[in-house]
Amino acid sequence: MKEKMKGFDRKWIQTYMLIFIVIGLGIILSFISRNFLTTTNLLNVLRQISINGILAIGMTIVCLTGGIDLSVGSIVAFSGIIAAGFLRDKEYPIVLVLLIAILAGGLLGLYNGYFVAYRNAAPFVVTLSMMTIARGMTYVYSNGRPISNLPTNFLAIGKGSIAGIPVPTIILILVFVLASIMLTKLKFGRYVYAVGGNENAAMVSGINVKWIKMMVYVLSGIACGIAAIILTARVSAGLPTAGESYELDAIAATVIGGTSLSGGRGRLWGTIVGAILLGIVNNGLDLLNVSSFYQQIVKGLIILGAILIDSKRNE
Amino acid sequence: MGNDDKAREEPVFEARNITKRFPGVLALSNVNFRLVKGKVHALMGENGAGKSTLMKIIAGIYQADEGELYLHGKKVSLQTPKQALNHGISMIHQELSPILDMTIAENLFLGKEFCRGKFVDYKRMNQEASALLEKVGVSLHPSMRMKELTVSQMQMVEIAKALSYEAEIIIMDEPSATITEREISNLFRIIKSLKEEGKCIVYITHKMDEVFRIADEITVFRDGEYIGTYDSDKIDENQLVVKMVDRELTKIYPQRSNQIGDVVLKVENLGQSGVFEEISFELRKGEILGFSGLMGSGRTEVMNALFGITQPTSGSIYINGEELGKPKPRKAISKGIGYVTEDRKGNGLVLEMSVYDNTILPSLDKLSNKIGAVNRKQSMKVAEEYKEKLNIKTPSMQQMVKQLSGGNQQKIVLAKWLIQNPDVLIFDEPTRGIDVGAKTEIYKLVAKLAEEGKAIIFISSEMPEILGMSDRIIVFYEGRKQGELTRGEATQEKIMMYASDVNEGGAQE
Ligand SMILES: Nc1ncnc2c1ncn2[C@@H]1O[C@H](COP(=O)(O)OP(=O)(O)OP(=O)(O)O)[C@@H](O)[C@H]1O
Ligand SMILES: [Mg+2]
Repeated sequence: MKEKMKGFDRKWIQTYMLIFIVIGLGIILSFISRNFLTTTNLLNVLRQISINGILAIGMTIVCLTGGIDLSVGSIVAFSGIIAAGFLRDKEYPIVLVLLIAILAGGLLGLYNGYFVAYRNAAPFVVTLSMMTIARGMTYVYSNGRPISNLPTNFLAIGKGSIAGIPVPTIILILVFVLASIMLTKLKFGRYVYAVGGNENAAMVSGINVKWIKMMVYVLSGIACGIAAIILTARVSAGLPTAGESYELDAIAATVIGGTSLSGGRGRLWGTIVGAILLGIVNNGLDLLNVSSFYQQIVKGLIILGAILIDSKRNE
Repeated sequence: MGNDDKAREEPVFEARNITKRFPGVLALSNVNFRLVKGKVHALMGENGAGKSTLMKIIAGIYQADEGELYLHGKKVSLQTPKQALNHGISMIHQELSPILDMTIAENLFLGKEFCRGKFVDYKRMNQEASALLEKVGVSLHPSMRMKELTVSQMQMVEIAKALSYEAEIIIMDEPSATITEREISNLFRIIKSLKEEGKCIVYITHKMDEVFRIADEITVFRDGEYIGTYDSDKIDENQLVVKMVDRELTKIYPQRSNQIGDVVLKVENLGQSGVFEEISFELRKGEILGFSGLMGSGRTEVMNALFGITQPTSGSIYINGEELGKPKPRKAISKGIGYVTEDRKGNGLVLEMSVYDNTILPSLDKLSNKIGAVNRKQSMKVAEEYKEKLNIKTPSMQQMVKQLSGGNQQKIVLAKWLIQNPDVLIFDEPTRGIDVGAKTEIYKLVAKLAEEGKAIIFISSEMPEILGMSDRIIVFYEGRKQGELTRGEATQEKIMMYASDVNEGGAQE
């Protein structure tokens, strides 16, 4: 029994390590800046990471199958502009608009997934193409102009709080819980790992590999739709330029969290901690008035550091 | 020299008091091992006994936790494979790891490419590769890509690669598990000539007959412990087995009383252009149908097509009288077919997943409810049950399959299909890499399945196994069904005759 624990601990120590890093960083920041360890600031960080967190959850599921989704940022823009359009022009109930935005994301994801799974196209290329297509469609739909004047009760999704907790954070937690259940408790989750780990073995075991490979992009698209709603509500407008380079942050959180880009290995839990780490670093550097140019460099170094830790684990 | 005799006595290499731990496993406990000039040293033991682990320590892949290594009486430290190679130690690995998109020549000379100035000298490399391939007796063009080769050809390339270092100590970890009779003879010829050159050879195998054909000395490990070293002419097979498994194995092939019933599977004129053609056979309830033939004769390919991993181009498949249509693994499984594939690394296992996850993977449909939630308690119960049944050695159900010994990995492939409880079971080389003790367990299991009324296809390249297990034997030759023999009429000679097509002239009855 004791020996069982040993193997168990070693596997999890990396996750804890990441948490320790986050806590350590928090402690350092609270010494350097008086503003860091305040409720307002921490809630603000949580609000800021919500969008990236949700996108990174979708990204992680895609990466677990050995794929990648570069179209995330553009799908966010498209879903957001659709939502804004429906809210402004026509008098649809908000719930319906939310569904439409999510559906729009899911459909673009379906398109990605179809070509990856059923046409054997490389995920990198398919989603790169979708990245420009979705961005283009966003511009077409909006004529390149922001869509604003959105109803205030919609804006609450981005700006409001329930019991002191920002609504976006609540949504992130919901998405995280649902996705975790899916990956750990449902057979779909086992299949995702199996497909990423060894596609042939999965196929021989009777798994519908193509369907799984397609569905992960749909899920990522749905995550984009949800994130788009939050973003649109936060900035009070549908912006055609929204979501630019969001895919990179989502990939960063995924990788920092220990998910292997070659598939088959990773945890959602790690991804969320990765997103929090990135959020705290950004926030800390903001508080310290470090220019955003330097922030980019720091972010890059963190990603590299995370990969180094990860490769050590795999020795 | 004068003291030639003494030099022969002195070990070339010695490992003393080696201990190696992995999380949750004591893989080697204080073992000793020595190699003498010009001798073939067989290393034997059950799956998970620690054979590969010790060899990897000698080849610089793992480091021992305790103990020392001596080369020509001098203590050495081997931290990397490169250092081991520099000390004249090369190894053929149990698990192949060729770079599939590179050519044979590129694989052979990986890390020691021939160059002219700064440029790789492909002409010279191909020439040298040809020479090496010829030496191991395979006729392949060195510019072929690895992925075009069969598993057994890859293994031969791997052997050629190990020879190319001209090492003094050559370790062969189950080199014969995936190669054909003829290639094994080639291998033995090579080993004999290496012996004459005064090299030391370590040979790991689970095949008893090979040990006595080739080895001078035999060392036995059991559960990570050193049991002893014996001269091969002073020990017999039974004694050796007792040393390995610590008990007597009475009958290798079980007595059985299976009732042969109705046809469950019928295959008619199945073909796949350029691979196999006009394959027809019937399989009955309770029957064990053996598929014999040389490796590469198309047996696996037929099964792959039958199961829907590849698509047949002609012919039809009937299950319980019902036509299957376009075969697909999902469909085959739902119709009650299970397929223990031969290539565990390629399509048998997800190496990065746990023992538990791999075992239940094909059964998840049955082990989950309507919304797809897995019943973990029940899943764990069946997984545990089969772990016990097949005596799978793993520190926990959560252990990554990658970290199990080769034979234990193979047992997991068996477990995952047995759980399904299918009506038709295809076993493709099910005992490859499995130790004698577990082999008899598998034979018993297969016999029991037949007695329960399952229909079984049993593919094996090992003649005694096919003869011992089958009710009927189909022999393949170059993608065609060359002959069919009943249990009564089958002999090793008849099978060989069909399998090698020497009866072309109509020598049969
Ligand atoms: N990388 C690893 N991590 C953890 N455990 C390992 C690792 N490699 C081997 N083991 C464990 O060490 C033990 C010895 O394994 P080893 O591969 O040496 O067995 P073996 O004698 O070669 O067996 P086989 O005949 O099945 O190849 C096994 O229990 C195995 O599970
Ligand atoms: Mg081994």
